[in-house]
Amino acid sequence: MIQPAKPDLVTVNIDGKEIAVPKGTNVIEAARLVGVDVPHYCYHPKLSIVGNCRMCLVEMGLPAVDPATKAPVIDPATGKQKVNWIPRPQIGCGTNASPGLHIRTTSPMVKDCREGVMEFLLINHPLDCPICDQAGECKLQEQSTGYGRGYSRFIEQKNVKPKRTALGPRVMLDDERCILCARCVRFAKEIAKDDVLGFIDRGSYSTLTCYPGKKLENNYSLNTVDICPVGALTSTDFRFKMRVWFLKQTDSIDTESSVGANTVVWSREGQIYRITPRRNDAVNDTWMADSGRVLFKQVTSLDRLTASGSIDALVARAADLLKQGSVAIVGSGRSSVEEQFLTKKLAATFGATVSLVSRVGQGDRFLVSADKNPNLRGALVTGLISALPAPKLTELAAQIDAGKIKTVVTVNEDLTAAGLTASHLAKVSVIFVGTHRVPTIAIAKVVIPSLTVFEKNGTFVNQQFRLQKFAKAVPGPVGATDDLIILAKLAGLAVTDVAAVWKLLAAEVPALGTMSYANLPDTGLLLDATPWAALPFAEGATLHYQPAAAATA
Amino acid sequence: MSAPEQCRIIFRHIDEPGYSNDLACYVRHGGYEILKKSVAMKPEAIVDEVKKSGLRGRGGAGFGCGLKWSLLDRKSGKPVYLIVNADESEPGTFKDRYIIHQDPHQLLEGIMITCFANNVKLAYIYIRGEFPHGARILEKAIAEARAANFVGPNILGTAYGCEIYIHRGAGAYICGEETGLIESLEGKRPNPRIKPPYFPAVLGLYQCPTIVNNVETLCHVKHIADMGGEAFSKIGTPGNTGTRILCVSGHVQHPGYYEFEVGKITMGQLLNDVCGGPLPGRKFKAVIPGGSSAKILKFGERFKGKRKVGAEMVDYDWGVEDVPMDFDSLGMIGTMGGSGGVIVMDDSVNMVEALANINAFYAHESCGQCTPCREGSLWMKKITSRMVHGTARTEDAALLKSVADQIPGRTICAFGEACSWPTQSFLAKFGDEFKQYPETKKAAKPAGALELV
Repeated sequence: MIQPAKPDLVTVNIDGKEIAVPKGTNVIEAARLVGVDVPHYCYHPKLSIVGNCRMCLVEMGLPAVDPATKAPVIDPATGKQKVNWIPRPQIGCGTNASPGLHIRTTSPMVKDCREGVMEFLLINHPLDCPICDQAGECKLQEQSTGYGRGYSRFIEQKNVKPKRTALGPRVMLDDERCILCARCVRFAKEIAKDDVLGFIDRGSYSTLTCYPGKKLENNYSLNTVDICPVGALTSTDFRFKMRVWFLKQTDSIDTESSVGANTVVWSREGQIYRITPRRNDAVNDTWMADSGRVLFKQVTSLDRLTASGSIDALVARAADLLKQGSVAIVGSGRSSVEEQFLTKKLAATFGATVSLVSRVGQGDRFLVSADKNPNLRGALVTGLISALPAPKLTELAAQIDAGKIKTVVTVNEDLTAAGLTASHLAKVSVIFVGTHRVPTIAIAKVVIPSLTVFEKNGTFVNQQFRLQKFAKAVPGPVGATDDLIILAKLAGLAVTDVAAVWKLLAAEVPALGTMSYANLPDTGLLLDATPWAALPFAEGATLHYQPAAAATA
Repeated sequence: MSAPEQCRIIFRHIDEPGYSNDLACYVRHGGYEILKKSVAMKPEAIVDEVKKSGLRGRGGAGFGCGLKWSLLDRKSGKPVYLIVNADESEPGTFKDRYIIHQDPHQLLEGIMITCFANNVKLAYIYIRGEFPHGARILEKAIAEARAANFVGPNILGTAYGCEIYIHRGAGAYICGEETGLIESLEGKRPNPRIKPPYFPAVLGLYQCPTIVNNVETLCHVKHIADMGGEAFSKIGTPGNTGTRILCVSGHVQHPGYYEFEVGKITMGQLLNDVCGGPLPGRKFKAVIPGGSSAKILKFGERFKGKRKVGAEMVDYDWGVEDVPMDFDSLGMIGTMGGSGGVIVMDDSVNMVEALANINAFYAHESCGQCTPCREGSLWMKKITSRMVHGTARTEDAALLKSVADQIPGRTICAFGEACSWPTQSFLAKFGDEFKQYPETKKAAKPAGALELV
């Protein structure tokens, strides 16, 4: 007998296991909670439900009640309430849990349904697996192995459809592989709000295409590749580059704006091949912008900085300059929380003034915000700065003009781009800690090559004041040093890794008092934002984010 | 026992010399009098009469019309729409086109009574794209009716108003499926919707409660409003009330459309007495009783069981000729009354070739939304056309049956049943012919045999 559940929960029985799930949970998700896999193609948790693949057909039944008295009908054989099984299979995606709903996912009828659907999906599907980029992460492969019959009865000609249609600059379509689940169509319409995809022709000849004169070229087009359950949509950047089973997955954070979309970096033997979104229902759901997916190319770009000498020699030369006093530090909103904390320690050591480079641009109201600094909030939390940075480094320029500054340390910020002129720079010695060749290094006295976000560990605080960690996916190039070590050495501290920095952080930054890098959850940790609620942040509303000012207004 | 007389209610004036489809002629024959009578009634009273009449939908499923109306979500506060399903596309069915062509005002009067009864302010006639002439006739009829104040605002001086618009389809069978039709009417690809949650009575056109009724059904509503539900229910047989238009096509002497009281005529009377029997020198072999998607019946097979007559259960033992042409009897013997399209095949027909033809139709018309129907219908077509035009294998019979069995009950809409029932029933009843087809093909074709497409 099913026990009464809390009002907002309904108890369902899946393959004999009872579970209470929130109202509105569909059968696929409810089954997932008890560890039962209900195979599906068209269903996606973040898209509307169309029920067209028919793979999630399961047997359903409701507890029998006497129509007159509403009393439960008890089966004398088992002593339990009888279940009235619906004679036809029902789709799991389109059926929400209702009190006492019984589900069978292993009955002969369900097995037969799955075998039938699998066979139908495969009869016109090309045998492209050996050359298909989706192989290894293909739902059709997985589920035909898991639920298919394992042999073919189809001796007719397969349908022939276009093999290479460029839907847009980044997405390539192979129509023969398409199983017409319409996930991409729904994504374009419902999520990207760029309704350009649709089907033409009908029946088995249905073909995915863009509307005449339209292209799939919005900045979210590559999400269609992620959600395509088969190899129909492939990324022009990734296609034919690497088999996915060779790739190592590392959790990371998108650095293109303060949204901090959660990502996975896919790499092999020190080389990154692609970046895909990682589900975080509080930040980016399962999506990310196309623009964030190419950021890994900076790792191997030709203007990458490396040093031939030892890091200690460079630090020693920098220390000579720092010792002269009158130091100004230009910190970065692109540095990690740990690096910003060490930047602050460095400033304290030399009594330096600190400025930060503002990076405000256009947001898209979805997953790219107006603030292009991924970690401006981190600088506030660690106390590196206490107010939002000015658009240009005018204050620092004035101090240089007044002759108060002899040495400027810049953490991966191009000073010329940030508003200092050649005449300003001529009056100071510049120590540049950074990853890539920028105009500033031409006049820098010391250049210390450092690592990109893909080559080190750390945390960012996104626009929601959510602390999120990223991990090292690939080793850095020879001759580049972790920013942490550089900054620690400059400040005369003996820390060498993130864990050590976190001991100091926990001790000195009250907001982070009880945490450590190791036990930070994968989906991040929301910090108390109230101390900074009054600051006029540049962000407008994006997915799962309302600016504090707008919320209180 | 000779066949009963035709009982022409809907088709009273069809093919009547001198009867034209303009308003003047219709009014001369007493037209729109019933609408005048109806708008003086309470709307609920009309709904009650329709419920009492026992009228069942004539589109194919035979769903109770009064019940359909009573399922409408009237509490939502949203407008209620009526859609007239004039997408008559089932092969073998040609009844609605005669109503539209020859007696359009009868339909309009039925629509207006239905709209008044259900407080509908906007009705659409969804007419199939292949009826351009019918669409023009309806447009003209609506204009006439509007000018005469039968359609439009404040009809007949009352506070009630209702507009009727024509929407032409673009040539797709699936637009006859009610939720596919609604999608099409909304300007989208006619992919049928999943039910639940999108029952038209609750979330229909523009997510508002919607009635979708067949042309013939709405014409019956006019006559129910005229004679009263009680009187209507006395026509026909209990549970299968009123008259039914039967469209007979194929190998009979006199194919055509005939209107009879439902259940008062048997298949044998219809084919032998009314339609003049088989062509000279031929014998009936098979008949599809309700449009090409209905399961085929084989002459010579017997159907036995118990059926309810009044309050008693009575044994029956029927041959195909003995089956009464009503929803329930045809349902009992494993087929359906469907849309009334009776397709007759005589002994000159090879069943494999006949099925190849039907399968080609359904493969062409599958919308392609859900997997079993999309892939299954084309696969069955490929098998049967290979059997006919290429190499037929003995094992194809079993394969066809197995493919067909993987479709019905697993699709979004009833097209899954429509496309698989022919194959299932052809195989069940003429399985030997399929197994022997490789041999049959080797024999020379009879002289004058038609070339298959």
